[in-house]
Amino acid sequence: MSVRRLASQQPANFAFSPDSLKAVKTWIAKFPDGRQQSAVIPLLWVVQKQEGWVSEPALRVVAETLNMPVIRVFEVATFYTMFMLEPVGSHALVQVCGTTPCMLRGANDLKALCQRKFGDREHLSADGKVYWQEVECLGACSNAPMVAINDYYYEDLTPESFETILDAFIAGKPPAPGSAIGRVASSPLGGATTLLDPTLYDGSAAKPIKLLPNAEPKAKPKAKKEPSE
Amino acid sequence: MVGILEDKDRIFTNIYGLQDWGLDGAKRRGCWNATRDMLAQTPEWICDQVKASGLRGRGGAGFSTGLKWTFMPKQESERPHYLVVNADESEPGTCKDREILRNDPHLLIEGCLIASYAIRAHTCYIYIRGEYVHERERLEAAIKQAYEAKLIGKGNIHGWDFDLFVTHGGGAYICGDETALMESLEGKKGQPRLKPPFPAGAGIYGCPTTINNVESIANVGTILRRGASWFAGFGRPNNTGTKLMAISGHVNAPCVVEETMSIPLRQLIEDHCGGVRGGWGNLKAIIPGGSSVRMIPAHEAETALMDFDSLSALKSGLGTAAVIVMDQSTDIVRAVARLSYFYKHESCGQCTPCREGTGWMWRVMERMATGEAEMREIDMLLEVASQVEGHTICGLGDAAAWPIQGLFRHFRHEVEERITNYRTGKPHVQGASLQAAE
Repeated sequence: MSVRRLASQQPANFAFSPDSLKAVKTWIAKFPDGRQQSAVIPLLWVVQKQEGWVSEPALRVVAETLNMPVIRVFEVATFYTMFMLEPVGSHALVQVCGTTPCMLRGANDLKALCQRKFGDREHLSADGKVYWQEVECLGACSNAPMVAINDYYYEDLTPESFETILDAFIAGKPPAPGSAIGRVASSPLGGATTLLDPTLYDGSAAKPIKLLPNAEPKAKPKAKKEPSE
Repeated sequence: MVGILEDKDRIFTNIYGLQDWGLDGAKRRGCWNATRDMLAQTPEWICDQVKASGLRGRGGAGFSTGLKWTFMPKQESERPHYLVVNADESEPGTCKDREILRNDPHLLIEGCLIASYAIRAHTCYIYIRGEYVHERERLEAAIKQAYEAKLIGKGNIHGWDFDLFVTHGGGAYICGDETALMESLEGKKGQPRLKPPFPAGAGIYGCPTTINNVESIANVGTILRRGASWFAGFGRPNNTGTKLMAISGHVNAPCVVEETMSIPLRQLIEDHCGGVRGGWGNLKAIIPGGSSVRMIPAHEAETALMDFDSLSALKSGLGTAAVIVMDQSTDIVRAVARLSYFYKHESCGQCTPCREGTGWMWRVMERMATGEAEMREIDMLLEVASQVEGHTICGLGDAAAWPIQGLFRHFRHEVEERITNYRTGKPHVQGASLQAAE
């Protein structure tokens, strides 16, 4: 388990912006009537996108919006580690994946770089521009080592390429996410060695199929969608 | 040609995103072809075909997908049925569903429609991990296309009213467990539920629910189009089909690739990944199925096949087919200690053996990694690991124990050597490396 607490300094209040309110409505509409609590994680995420972090007044607003006890929202916010419970850097929230597949390919060097550049993890850097932390597997292991900066993935890093990316963020010019060595998605280095057959892409797969394999020649009438009378 | 599988037999024809991910591109690659004919068959026919194809769940457990669907009630009652797609891909080493979500989303959407019809559900939720922001945006855009083309939604051209929603998590590995995922989907902490009741009886909102992995669902359309026997023709009996495999770690060219089940592990690495860094002789060990399975040493990897039966015979497992390769330069004790930290971090805290055990095992593993442990602690660690294993509600306790058991099964001598060296090499200073102990 990870122990997480709300920040000691909290703002006086929180309100959703008009854009956020639109997103809130969309999320609540996805769930059945009376089940609006299901939207709590997406709503906290909307809060985080608006403010950069999740404050205590925001938890109360979310609880009110979803008509659920504040303590349940509190539980969710502290359980899920994606929610930042204190203010983060104005320019970059850097999340370095440190789990074994990334570690095997040099994530420790990336962590050392962050330590050297920004100081201790889980703290704002001296200029307030960057907040860095080590996170658990982000699910891009074939492109290890990788980091997530402000939601998007930067992959196949070396300390040098990572530093260039960080400097660009600090200068306010975020580079495009993706592989730092020019790989396309998770294809092998040097280009894909499979999926080269042009007939896969010439539309021949879209030709009408006369009869599905193993299907009865005359398909039975479809089951009614209503519950049986 | 590299590997065994030919291009014409690949299901995921756009995993690298070199083609158009959108609806037009997907249709040209064969997606949404004859979907209407599939839905003109009975749900039982679909379940039978999927059963006959031998498709086993691609999320790690390997349970027959078609069989799972038949557990759903045959008639809808006042409680609606739900399909939930588990896209909470968080197992270290695993990055295959990501490629489907961002580059071939229509295969998944089509699969959701077919599977929902097969289990008589009109609503499906895709629960995607929170960190996959780009993937979620892509998936939502694809779903929007499908709605606009009337492929899904109310009154769609397939004649089965069907709504598809994307929701997301908040960065908790445990939500990959199906019951924890349901809790999370209901807006609670992701703490697993006891089974029974099984999800097919009472899942989300107390309604019958089926939960499948992204890859399992995305396979279904192509299986029905090309026939169960086509799919069953790959791999060995009981281990059929094609599978996305993700290779990471010390190989020359890590990648995600679709291959036939039962491909020899060595061939997979040498054909698709440019071999082990420094040659096959430089291999130390491989974790073949995501961090939760036990590792296998180089000599066993030589003959292992990438399927459920071959790997479980080696006391490992296929899991998600996420191959983590470690060469001779690896500090293997440190690598497993890092996994122990992962499980300690991700334990939900509900069951005592896991909550306390994962932290304890991690702290001991950190000392093992430096050598600052007692010899007798090795057996104590294994004893504790076996006490955590099987004594928790979900599989996280087992998953935390297995990497440690795998390490000591094959590399116990290395840990012992390290402890001995630590004792003889320098004076024992208590607390010299206790940074691990909180």
